[in-house]
Amino acid sequence: MPESKPSAATPLHHCRSAIIVGASSGIGAALTRKLAAEGYLVAAVARRAELLESLCAEINAAHGEKRALPYHHDVTAYDSVPAALQKIVQDLGGLDLFVYNTGIQHHVKADEFDFHKDHAMLAANTLGALAWLNPVAAMFHHLGAGHIVGISSVAGDRGRVGAPAYNTSKAALTTYLESLRNRLARRGVTVTTIKPGFVETDILRSAGTGKKFFWLIDPDQAAEGIWKAIKSRKQTAYVPAQWGLLMLIIRHIPSFIFRRLSF
Amino acid sequence: MTTSTPPYERLTYLENFGHSLRAASYLYKPTTTEQISEIFKFARQNGLTVTLRGAGRSYNDAALNGGGIVLDIQDMNRILEWNPETGLIKAEPGVTLQKLWQHVLPDGWWPPVVSGTMYTTLGGCLGMNIHGKNNFKLGTIGEQVVEFTALLPTGAEVTCSPTHNGDLFYSLISGMGVLGVFTSVTMKMKKMYSGLLDVHAFPVRNLHEQLNAIAETAPTNDYTVGWLDSTAGGSGLGRGQLHTAKYLHEGDDPDPKKTMQVSYQTLPATMFGVFPKSIIHFFMAPFLINPGVWLVNTAKYVASLREGHYKQPHAAFHFLLDYVPNWEKAYGRDGLIQYQSFVPKETAEAAWTELLTLSHKRGMPSYLGVTKRHRPDKFLLSHAVDGFSLALDFKVTNGSRAPMRDMLRDFDRIVLEAGGRFYFAKNSETTPETAQRFLGQEAVERFKALKRRTDPHNLLESDLFRRVFGGL
Repeated sequence: MPESKPSAATPLHHCRSAIIVGASSGIGAALTRKLAAEGYLVAAVARRAELLESLCAEINAAHGEKRALPYHHDVTAYDSVPAALQKIVQDLGGLDLFVYNTGIQHHVKADEFDFHKDHAMLAANTLGALAWLNPVAAMFHHLGAGHIVGISSVAGDRGRVGAPAYNTSKAALTTYLESLRNRLARRGVTVTTIKPGFVETDILRSAGTGKKFFWLIDPDQAAEGIWKAIKSRKQTAYVPAQWGLLMLIIRHIPSFIFRRLSF
Repeated sequence: MTTSTPPYERLTYLENFGHSLRAASYLYKPTTTEQISEIFKFARQNGLTVTLRGAGRSYNDAALNGGGIVLDIQDMNRILEWNPETGLIKAEPGVTLQKLWQHVLPDGWWPPVVSGTMYTTLGGCLGMNIHGKNNFKLGTIGEQVVEFTALLPTGAEVTCSPTHNGDLFYSLISGMGVLGVFTSVTMKMKKMYSGLLDVHAFPVRNLHEQLNAIAETAPTNDYTVGWLDSTAGGSGLGRGQLHTAKYLHEGDDPDPKKTMQVSYQTLPATMFGVFPKSIIHFFMAPFLINPGVWLVNTAKYVASLREGHYKQPHAAFHFLLDYVPNWEKAYGRDGLIQYQSFVPKETAEAAWTELLTLSHKRGMPSYLGVTKRHRPDKFLLSHAVDGFSLALDFKVTNGSRAPMRDMLRDFDRIVLEAGGRFYFAKNSETTPETAQRFLGQEAVERFKALKRRTDPHNLLESDLFRRVFGGL
């Protein structure tokens, strides 16, 4: 007999399903909680199994039914993605929303030039995203429906002194998502790029030691902002929104000034 | 077919008949048993499940498999053998009832059991063990099957009849397509002496009269079916119209050759000779709101007060659902569902009085009601009782889903308390608890044991199967 399938959809109980890659902590965990609360059946995908299990257990206990399913996966195991995706979609009974949230940032000192750190960031933040986005895009392309959300960053808008590879990984993701949007829009698929500012997460802690941050929000506030963008099927959303204005200015700072700035 | 490249190009959204539910699946249309074996192998390697789909005429999730494989058997539609002397026909599972009756009627035969639409496939009909307006007389379609062959997910090909592999015979038929795939079906047709039926239509004033009339007319008729004005309350609750029909005897029809021609039977493509029926559903849509439906039902009842005796072709009598093509689309964006309950003759009137009253009180009246007479059968997942069935169609709207779900839960409770049963081709909200209760623990255990035997790796599943047997 089959494993008990969580809250199967019926004509009188429509159930949307989502995958969040990078769900074990920070924005991913908060967004998993948020989507479950909004009635989604969520596949929470992450490398850290223990965190993931306890997150899903907590969500399912809170709702009294299975709304979050844990999937242990390392995004740099690129070749395993198509099979993992196929299995998850079978378990969920479909797929309406895909969120790529995985992101790592290694602190790079001003006089440090370390390929291995850079490689790790590109591997998880960009190539991991591409490994997932390709098969997901293929599915949605053929189905003529679906919503893809990429959690990029304001960090992708300029190349700064302090985080060359992190900036690159997010810039690449932003550009890739834009291309994907242009490819898939004609198939009825929505692609949303989310650019969070400073969010109190592990990333922030590992990136800036002892720095002061402005407009700092917690992961739940970030998840709330992302949910709003998902609901209104936005193309690009800064979270919180005031970053949009700030980044508009920052994007236009001429290089001869920008290269003298310290951030 | 390797594990690294899933067949994304096969992904497609499939719907139920009522357009009230859809699910994305990898769609395959095999034409041979070998191809089905290949797909089974592929599914097993990839950890995917497989759902069988015929014409997709189930009102619920019987032929849906979200995220998995759907095996559409409609292209396996050859008639393999036909003997006009004995009335025995052997056909592939994708053959529709339409193809079947059109093949046999010119030779003077008719399928003994047909559904209200002729677009269903034999595979689907057997999987759900469908019945017709003569269930009380000839039983279900399974009782007309002499023999079938099936491919089990284990790879075994079996031949089953009531006496050979009887346990598989009585469970694959009614087994909602999760025990094996029918690869051929041999059935006995019924001898006809005319392409016409002798029909009697008359009104009934309330539920009591309706059920009594069905019970009383059944023994002397070949078919009986009731229309129930599901919008009428008070003293007129359960009022409607009965149609009974008899076969013509040898010699009754002066020109049977003519009336048994397919062209004589075929439903007209226009209404009143000019109006193309393919567009009628657009004009129905505005009426499918509560006041509109009340108006239509009331008008229909008033019209039915005039009693009628007439001769009608088989196809016109049986396939009422096909009279207006795509009528289900008139129910709009969110589609429709059907709630059908089978209740013993002793308790039916009280149970359905409660059901109908509840639907009026909650402001969610059914838009169409149909009653029939039934008898029990030996099939494992049987829906039949010695009593009656009432099928109620409901329009789904975005705002009505949750309250309607609550109402159907209450319906389930009422029907179960009355000793009633349900039909897996129809109801979309049946819970595992409800299914267990009406099937009984013993039948469920036997079904589970058979499932482990024919499909040890759980390849064959459907959204319906997971919904009602998922918790077991």
